[in-house]
Amino acid sequence: MALADIRQRPGVLLGAAILLHVVLISAQVNTASGLPVLQVVTFGSFAEVQRGTMALFDGLRNFWSGYVALRQVHAENDALKDELQALQVRVQQERAEAQRTDSLRQLLELRERAHLDTTAAEVIAAAASPEFRTVTIDKGTNEGLRSDMAVISPAGVVGRVILPARRASKVQLLIDRNAAAGALIERTRVQGVVEGFGDGSLRMQYVPGTADVKPGDLLVTSGIDGIYPKGFVIGTIEQVERGSGGYHQITVRPAVDFARLEEVLVVRTPQAFSGDVPEGTP
Amino acid sequence: MRAVAAAAAIVAALALQTTLAGLVIRGTAAIDLVLIVIVYIALKSGPAAGLVGGTAAGLIQDALSNPILGIGGLAKTIVGFLAGVLATQFILNGPLPRLVLLVLATVLHSAIFMGLYVLLDLRQFPDPLPSVVGQALGNGFVGVVAFQLAEWLPGFVDRRRGGRSLKR
Repeated sequence: MALADIRQRPGVLLGAAILLHVVLISAQVNTASGLPVLQVVTFGSFAEVQRGTMALFDGLRNFWSGYVALRQVHAENDALKDELQALQVRVQQERAEAQRTDSLRQLLELRERAHLDTTAAEVIAAAASPEFRTVTIDKGTNEGLRSDMAVISPAGVVGRVILPARRASKVQLLIDRNAAAGALIERTRVQGVVEGFGDGSLRMQYVPGTADVKPGDLLVTSGIDGIYPKGFVIGTIEQVERGSGGYHQITVRPAVDFARLEEVLVVRTPQAFSGDVPEGTP
Repeated sequence: MRAVAAAAAIVAALALQTTLAGLVIRGTAAIDLVLIVIVYIALKSGPAAGLVGGTAAGLIQDALSNPILGIGGLAKTIVGFLAGVLATQFILNGPLPRLVLLVLATVLHSAIFMGLYVLLDLRQFPDPLPSVVGQALGNGFVGVVAFQLAEWLPGFVDRRRGGRSLKR
C-alpha cells in the first residue's frame, strides 16, 4: 500500500533518490582543503542550526537580562551607589591622609633643619571665643611643654604656649591682639616689635621713620624676646605709612595661614636671647 | 513479473556493456546499454520505475567502473525519471520520437555525469562534444532497434508457437 502511494508520487521519490546520491557522493569526495564534503556540508549546515539556536538563546537571554531582570539590576544599582559613596569617602580620607603626611614631612624637614629640641603637635581645637586667637594642641606637660615655648610651622612663626595642661596646651597665635614678638627686617636688619592686630594681620611697631622699609620686605624673628628663636619667618611687609611720633606704621601679612593650621612644632629649647639662625631659613 | 524482467534486462545490459568496453570514442563508451535499458523501462513503466531502475543500475555501474559511487547513479536516476515523465505526457511509440528521446537522455546523462565530475574537480573532460554526440547517436540508433526488437520479439514468438500448434 505504501509502495503504491510512493509510486503515485514520483516527485517525492526523486527527491529522496537525489538526496541519497548527494549524500553518497559527498561521503567520498574531499574539498580543496582535504576534508570530506559530507563532513564539511554536514558541519556547515549544523553550524547554521547551532548559530540559529545560539541567536535564539542570546535573544532570550538579552530579553531576560535587559527587561525581566531589571529588578535585580535596580537593587544592584543601589548597592553600587552605596559602594561608590563609601569609596568617595575613602578617597577623601586617603587624600586627607596624603596631605597630612605631606604636612608632617615638611614639619620633619623643619625639625631637622632647625637643630632645635622640638616636639610635633597636632592642632585639635580652635579658640572658644572669636576675641582670642588661640588654638589647642595635643601635647602638654607630659611631653615637656611649658609656658612661653615657641610654636612654629614650616611656613613660619605660629605663636607661643600660654597654658600647658598634661595632655594638651593652649597656644596664643601671633595674630592675637595680645601677642608680640621681636622682629627685624631681613633686608635692612632694622628691628622692631611685631604685634597682633586681631583682624588676622600684624603690625610692626617702633620702627623709626627714617629707617629703610619697603612693602615686600621679609620680616623674621630677632630672638630678643627670649621666646622665638632667631631667624624664623614672621611675614611680609604689606604696607608702610608714616605714623605719629616719628615711627613707621607698618602692616605685615603673616607667613602662616592660621586658618589652615594642622601640625606644628613646639620648640623646647630655651631661647634666652639665643642667636642661632636655623639652616635654610632666612 | 515486470520488475524481474527489468532487473534481468539491467543485468544483461551491464554484462554486455562490460564486454563492449573496448568500443569507445575519445575515452567515452560509444554506447551505454544500461542507459538504453533505463529509458526503455521508463517508457514502459513510468517515472517511478525509471527512477528506481536508474538508481539501481547507475549505482551498480558506478561500483563496477567509476571511482565515485553515486555520480552515474544520480545521472541515471534523473534521466530515468524524466524519460518516464515524458512518456506519460507524449506518445513515444514511433522510432523517431524514441530516437530523439534517447539522444536527449544521453545528452542529459552526459551533462550531469561530466558536470558533476568537473564540479567536484575529480576529472576533466576536454572537448567532450564529439564523444557525447557520438554516444547520443549510438544510443539512439541501437536503442531504437533494441526497443523494436523488444516489442516485436514476444509477438513473433507467440505467432510462431501459434502457427506450429495449428499445423499439428
